[in-house]
Amino acid sequence: MAGDRTKRKDQTVGMTRRELLRGAGVSAAVGASTLGAVTSYAKTAQQSGNSAESEEAYEQLTTEEGQLLEVIADHLIPSDDSGPGALDAKAVRYIDRALGGALSDSLEVYRAGLAAFQRYCRSSRGGDFMELPHNDRISALIDVETGAATGAGAGFVGSSAAFFSMVRGHVLQGTFGDPYYGGNENFVGWDLIGYPGVRTAVTENDQRRLEAGELRPYRRSAYGWEEFEKATVSAARKGLRHAD
Amino acid sequence: MPTRLPGTDVVIVGLGAAGGVAALPLAESGLSVVGLEAGSRLTRKDFAPDELRNNVRAWPFTVQKAQREIPTVRPNRLTPSTQGAIHPMMNGVGGTSLHYWAQSWRLNPWDFKVVSEIRRRYGVSKIPEGSTVEDWPFGYEELEPYYDRVEREIGVSGQAGNINGTIDRRGNPFEGARSDAYPMEPLRWTGFIQQMADAAQNLGWDPFPGPAAVNTRTYQDRSACMYHGFCNRGGCHVDAKNSTAVTTIPRAEATGNLQVVSHAHVTTIDVDRNGRVTGVTYLQGGEEFFQPTKFVLLASYTYENVRLLLRSTSRSYPIGLSNNHAQVGRHYFSHHTGASVSALFPFDLNAWYGLPAQGVAVDNWADDNFDHADLDFVGGGNLWVYSDRRPIGAAGMNTFGLVPNWGSAWKAFIAENADRSNTSYIQKTTLPYESNYLDLDPVVKDPFGHPVIRITAEYKENELAVAEFMQEKMEQWYREAGATEIVRGGLGRTMGVSTHAYGGTRMGNNAETNVVNRFGVSHEVPNLGIAGASVMGTSGAHNPTLTAQALSWRTAQHIVDQWSTLAD
Repeated sequence: MAGDRTKRKDQTVGMTRRELLRGAGVSAAVGASTLGAVTSYAKTAQQSGNSAESEEAYEQLTTEEGQLLEVIADHLIPSDDSGPGALDAKAVRYIDRALGGALSDSLEVYRAGLAAFQRYCRSSRGGDFMELPHNDRISALIDVETGAATGAGAGFVGSSAAFFSMVRGHVLQGTFGDPYYGGNENFVGWDLIGYPGVRTAVTENDQRRLEAGELRPYRRSAYGWEEFEKATVSAARKGLRHAD
Repeated sequence: MPTRLPGTDVVIVGLGAAGGVAALPLAESGLSVVGLEAGSRLTRKDFAPDELRNNVRAWPFTVQKAQREIPTVRPNRLTPSTQGAIHPMMNGVGGTSLHYWAQSWRLNPWDFKVVSEIRRRYGVSKIPEGSTVEDWPFGYEELEPYYDRVEREIGVSGQAGNINGTIDRRGNPFEGARSDAYPMEPLRWTGFIQQMADAAQNLGWDPFPGPAAVNTRTYQDRSACMYHGFCNRGGCHVDAKNSTAVTTIPRAEATGNLQVVSHAHVTTIDVDRNGRVTGVTYLQGGEEFFQPTKFVLLASYTYENVRLLLRSTSRSYPIGLSNNHAQVGRHYFSHHTGASVSALFPFDLNAWYGLPAQGVAVDNWADDNFDHADLDFVGGGNLWVYSDRRPIGAAGMNTFGLVPNWGSAWKAFIAENADRSNTSYIQKTTLPYESNYLDLDPVVKDPFGHPVIRITAEYKENELAVAEFMQEKMEQWYREAGATEIVRGGLGRTMGVSTHAYGGTRMGNNAETNVVNRFGVSHEVPNLGIAGASVMGTSGAHNPTLTAQALSWRTAQHIVDQWSTLAD
């Protein structure tokens, strides 16, 4: 069954959901092998504290911060039986770029929060997050999520829940947002939830085909249409002014 | 000293939904009009289908002016106020009508006569304690021709339910009599919307498509809607959303009588020693200008309308312009649109495309459309199910307590259910109360050192009772359509900063309790008019924009008709 919900980019290009389901037997088999590769890749990344992402230099985060954030992101949206996750989407690349632009006010919050997170892991679990056994990592993340890691002694000066909520929000943006901003690589996020893509027109017939499971996913960034003024990714500090 | 500009007949402060409509009848009459707009002029190229920019980063709100003057909020005098992160209104030629949901409802006839109708049907004791609600100075019938006019001039699509007293079951059987059908057919329905309509019918309710200022065919040479799904917090890439930026404002400019001044930040409305308005002072690009005029129409949204009046003090008006009866800021309320209900269905809803004005409404539980004799509240709500979904929002969906918020189980859940939930906010009757009001914040200021608005307001028992009642109805409707999980939002308490902000410059015959008269002209300042929902004394259960626009047109027509009296 796992293969049914798997929407790997390489298998779903040009395939409708119905075709995907029809071909479930085949894709399950192919999916199993590719997913296996993804899983082991993710594991490698966690174990070594290193990943393919780190070959691309971070623009704002340090290598250490970026790698920690990648492992956190991989726990939030893992690459697993239901498909590729935040690492495949390059969600951290999205966050890193945004921290130099629209999210620049959050850069110091990330710095402080990631450092606090490591302090918390050391004081409560006896090691850096990436060195902890799986169950300890999950429980440490739950502590941060619920606010239990809040308090200077515990590691977080500010609310650990607020930090978790911010990171989760940005990981979602980097996984499911428009690829123009550096995440959602190969549209893995949109495929995961069955979003049939940005269109500039949806006819009555398109809607009918969507409801019949026959609408082909459309893979294009909003800025693939030349008619639109480009949004700012990271050049101007905020890049949110309206046209003048 | 500000640079003194050549005079003009009328200055409109704010070219949004209301001011943008008034510009047309004023300019067409031959009066010279200057429209001062704090924002810039945006066009189709600015409206990319980009969820991250529009919805997540709230691009429409991140603007030059409003964002710097976000009101502070407190539920009552005893609680400290706080300032939120977002001002939900937009500066720009066309204002918030650029990115609004474009739902273009008329109010129900009951909303104009809440006091007398409650007294007649249930007795005066049924009026909620502490409410300052009054009947409007006129009934629905008086506004009907202006509703009709605006629906035609900007273009509204919908299905009539009552034309001259003849009920059409395809439309809203509870609406006030219309003089004519909508100029365009309603927006189409999706399979899920049809399914919800069928469920409503099974319950014995009367479902119908909602009205929208969105084209369903080529109208005035502009395109029909493309249903692409980025209407919510986005402008229209094909000009099918009938914002004043593409309807009344360009037509007013084409007369040669409207001059649009963008990036104009109005700071005061100035008067002479006789208490008449002489002009408006504004900042533009660091320079200060004085625009002399014979008449000012203040149309800058509820918070800024009140702020400008309270800031414009003079010998004639020591506590604010048109405030010698201390009514500016009173009778304020934010529409109760919270107390949401979310539902999970065991099938895909196919809601990825569409727009929030595309949907099915039920008014059986709105206004006084049902008997309240055995209920402990007055009023009701409009039930509304619409098609609006984008991927980041969908991935962040409510998990109905079924899975954690992250990890493998969560991921499998959203992979299965991202297109299977629906959330309804419900617009409900909201009343003004003695203890709810706007004033100037004693501490928080904008970058020019001018105080921002402080909202002191909370929903009272009547609003909370309506909210709970409506949640029951909404849950019943979702379950009838096959929902398997339901989550209800809180009933609400503090009236926060709202896109549906009413009162503060209420309209009424009594100058002791109202700021403007039945035509929207100040009781105290003979050449000052006010437009927008700030003049509305009741909300009804429907979006305010069309009513604000109909009132604005009516005020503009009055200015034209009475020009020789008002301008001298």
